[in-house]
Amino acid sequence: MSTISRDEVARVAALARIDLRPDEVTRLAGELDVIVESVARVSEVATADVPATSHPLPLTNVFRDDVPEPALPVQEILAGAPQQENGRFAVPQILGEE
Amino acid sequence: MTAATTTGLVAYEDAVRRYDPVLGIEVHVELGTLTKMFCAAEVAYGGEPNTQVTPVSLGLPGALPVVNGKAVEYAIRIGLALNCSIAESCRFARKNYFYPDVPKNFQTSQYDEPIAYDGWIDVELEDGEVFRVEIERAHMEEDAGKNTHVGGSTGRIQGAEYSLVDYNRAGIPLVEIVTRPIEGAGERAPEVARAYVQTLRDIFRTLDVSEARMERGNVRADVNLSLRPTPESPLGTRTETKNVNSFRSIERAVRYEVSRQAGVLDAGLPVIQETRHFHEEDGTTSSGRVKSDAEDYRYFPEPDLVPVAPSREWVEEIRATLPEMPVARRRRLQTEWGYADAEMRDVVNAGAIDLIEATVSAGTSAAGARKWWMGELARRANQDDVMLADLSVTPAQIAQLQGLVESGRLNDKLARQVLDGVLAGEGDPEAVVVARGLEIVSDDGPLLAAIDDALAAQPDIVEKVRGGNQGPVGAIIGAVMKATKGQADAKRVRELVLDRIGQ
Amino acid sequence: MGTNDMTSDITRLSASDLASALASKSVSSVEATQAHLDRIAAVDGDVHAFLHVSSEEALATAADVDAKRAAGEELHPLAGVPIAVKDVVVTKGLPTTAGSKILAGWIPPYDATLVERIKAAGLPILGKTNMDEFAMGSSTEHSAFGNTKNPWDLDRIPGGSGGGSAAAVAGFEAPLAIGTDTGGSIRQPGAVTGTVGVKPTYGGVSRYGLIAMASSLDQAGPVTRTVLDAALLHELIGGHDPHDSTSINEPVPGVVAAARQGATGDLRGLRVGVVKELSGEGYQTGVSARFDESLDQLRALGAEIVEVSCPSFTYALDAYYLIMPAEASSNLAKFDGMRFGLRVEPEEGPVTAERVMSATRGAGFGDEVKRRVILGTYALSAGYYDAYYGSAQKVRTLIQRDFAAAFEQADVLVSPTAPTTAFKFGEKLDDPLAMYLNDIATIPANLAGVPGMSLPNGLSDDGLPVGFQILAPAKADDRLYRVGAALEAALESRWGGPLLNRAPELKTTELAR
Repeated sequence: MSTISRDEVARVAALARIDLRPDEVTRLAGELDVIVESVARVSEVATADVPATSHPLPLTNVFRDDVPEPALPVQEILAGAPQQENGRFAVPQILGEE
Repeated sequence: MTAATTTGLVAYEDAVRRYDPVLGIEVHVELGTLTKMFCAAEVAYGGEPNTQVTPVSLGLPGALPVVNGKAVEYAIRIGLALNCSIAESCRFARKNYFYPDVPKNFQTSQYDEPIAYDGWIDVELEDGEVFRVEIERAHMEEDAGKNTHVGGSTGRIQGAEYSLVDYNRAGIPLVEIVTRPIEGAGERAPEVARAYVQTLRDIFRTLDVSEARMERGNVRADVNLSLRPTPESPLGTRTETKNVNSFRSIERAVRYEVSRQAGVLDAGLPVIQETRHFHEEDGTTSSGRVKSDAEDYRYFPEPDLVPVAPSREWVEEIRATLPEMPVARRRRLQTEWGYADAEMRDVVNAGAIDLIEATVSAGTSAAGARKWWMGELARRANQDDVMLADLSVTPAQIAQLQGLVESGRLNDKLARQVLDGVLAGEGDPEAVVVARGLEIVSDDGPLLAAIDDALAAQPDIVEKVRGGNQGPVGAIIGAVMKATKGQADAKRVRELVLDRIGQ
Repeated sequence: MGTNDMTSDITRLSASDLASALASKSVSSVEATQAHLDRIAAVDGDVHAFLHVSSEEALATAADVDAKRAAGEELHPLAGVPIAVKDVVVTKGLPTTAGSKILAGWIPPYDATLVERIKAAGLPILGKTNMDEFAMGSSTEHSAFGNTKNPWDLDRIPGGSGGGSAAAVAGFEAPLAIGTDTGGSIRQPGAVTGTVGVKPTYGGVSRYGLIAMASSLDQAGPVTRTVLDAALLHELIGGHDPHDSTSINEPVPGVVAAARQGATGDLRGLRVGVVKELSGEGYQTGVSARFDESLDQLRALGAEIVEVSCPSFTYALDAYYLIMPAEASSNLAKFDGMRFGLRVEPEEGPVTAERVMSATRGAGFGDEVKRRVILGTYALSAGYYDAYYGSAQKVRTLIQRDFAAAFEQADVLVSPTAPTTAFKFGEKLDDPLAMYLNDIATIPANLAGVPGMSLPNGLSDDGLPVGFQILAPAKADDRLYRVGAALEAALESRWGGPLLNRAPELKTTELAR
């Protein structure tokens, strides 16, 4: 059976961009381990002959016409921005020291 | 990771002699639809920042995507033009990664179910050699927003203080075209890479699915390259080079990477699989960010969208509306016009195909059209440093001009003078002929008079010609031409002179 | 005292009765809206159903409706009836938090489609209701803004994730509310608060403007005190939306007509299937007892009861806790402090976009959200996809097949809605798996996309409400209303009135006037 180690939790948390305190990592590892062991049962019945369903309803080909609709007003877009400058979202430097 | 030692570059010619390059090219084309891929924000070049955005393209909580049917049609057109199979059913997938210019922190793309796959196109190199490039897939996806880096010494990503993000571009429809490994190009790899992207660009324009201007970013190319000792060896480690923003850069990037990787391999070191950045200024590539965990995109089928299942009827409808592809058109025209390969190549390289085609449609022979466009007109264009198409003369006018020559009303020299008049804006050839009085004299009378004058001026010529030496006739003809300001048919003059002398 | 009497009279009305009163002009919408605002002021200090009360906007809408009515304009049947909206639904100009600190203070620049329909019909929006953060929970204890209390017992949970909407309706603070249901978040709160909750067929109500948790499972639906009220609200918010690619392009099934018809109490010819795997072990005695009594009641109304088996349902919880976190982990990636909401800088080290994202999400997400996002990220990551997410999607196919087979034998399927009555705060917080088990009966419907209803069918031995779940085939939502209305009528006739009449009176705070 698979176990979720502290290292694994830390790796996945980094992938999901969530800072965790060390005690959180430990706690989560324990909780997730129990959960994963339980849900792993699904592979018992998920045999090769069963197709996967990603949508509850069998819709296909839902398209819209190539016709413009009004855009959101800029002020409204930027109103909720943590930081903005000259009509653009200001974000911290991307990819610091590596 | 090894320290970034700079191994030496191996001269290109030497590198390709000892290593076999294998290419892989990814091209992204921005579709020229009116609205974005998944929302109805208008797409327009150069708008004020964040003015072409809806909750969907901004990735606001609660927003949902809806597929632009036109973009699907364009993607199918591209697939068909690339000789691909069109999927019976395909789905969008989420490519999950965090980056400020990706508003949802995932890109809606296609993963293992592209809309088009297993195609090919023939790429013509400048000397006429044809190279077949196999296309693995073409799929639909959306573009990201644009970061502008502010502060820092270079203004590039590393060392910048912060960034400003504009989401106007976020959500614009893209089609990504991926080749299979391009093998067998040998030392022509740089040319093949370049010609491939140019061919694609021509196709996009012919299909009218994109403005396809590399300098505007409508067409973007990432070049993958690996080296191996021989064509029979397994594939080597490849690098991906980005920021290749022009056709010439593609060629230069390939050359550089071949040289660089040869140097690394010669030193006994492994080529590092990485993304590299091309530098326009000096034609080199440098290491980009080393991706560690970012490769785990955790693809899964996009639950907010339903499958795209183009009916075979729809696909055939689209196929029926496809215009003739550039390469096929060139071949057809070459056959129709009867040009030799080298002649056709020159025509293509000069950008004269459309002009010649129009001239032929206006009634000229293919040979006649080529004579003008690739001869006198090419010379003039070169002289004035303009494109052929920018000269102030139309194919219809050239057709008229050639018609005047063929009917005997003008000789070549006169025709060139008429052309001057047309280029100067004096009107159609007919009008210039009349206005300048440039027609060949068709009445023998004035010719005979001029001949008599010339003979009278050089009486010894008569004796010589009667004596069997026809050479000096030329001098008489020359005198007559001068007297008539060139408006005489030289052949007719010769006939008359001989006739006169014979008497 | 006069005003209080009228206030409590109005707030005790069902939405449909209030609509009639409005139509006959015996009460105005402003009066009705004010009465509910007064009720909120009087009791919500204890109940804490609301995160935001929008008095001004609600009264403005009410006044507008009154004016239109006076001018003789044709109005929607529910025009002027106040409504509360779960805070997971985006409302333009009104704060929307999804129960999370990471969205504290965010004011959306657009309305969800269902909100547009509510506004177009003229229903005053009283405010936004409390919920488990990002709809992840079964008790509303995971809200970042404090617990909502069950009006039946203020020491007990109101269910989740939509505890706020259910408590508001159960506490007579609103006659109608909007909830969302991904694994039971409308139905389970309905069961533990003695109210009616419906999850429509997937695609039956637009998801445009619902802050997404699990895209292939989420549905918005009505939270009310009567089956007819639910039908009226269902009809208003349902129907095709071109902004939602997964919305059904057909008219809403005739739910109102079905509710009225069902209330006449004739269920002859109806086959009711009891799902073996959804009853029996693990269900509180009182819950099972009320369930069996309801089956007897249906028989008395002419229905035929059959037992059906859906073996794959035993894997439903597992599949759900793979599919839902996986989709949620991707849907919640957008909360990163770059464009809206909370932004937190790391306390030390370089301030880069990546580190700000991580610090923001570390500080802004609660424990349950972190748990599910990490679980979901794990389930999708390279090397694990086939075993986890991929397998779960296959179980989904098996569940759909089991439903299809069951619906060959029965017209509707029934079960208790939840295994227990409302538990006390803190009882299940330390054991996530125990908490997840609250949804064991409701989850299969979300995985298959079929519609489900919970309606109150009595009190358990502990004096707390119990819910009865009805499930129907996809797009046959009307069957829920027919059966639900019939059962409701029969039960209320036996009880001498709605179950909520037996709820304890909430202590009211002196109204500051």
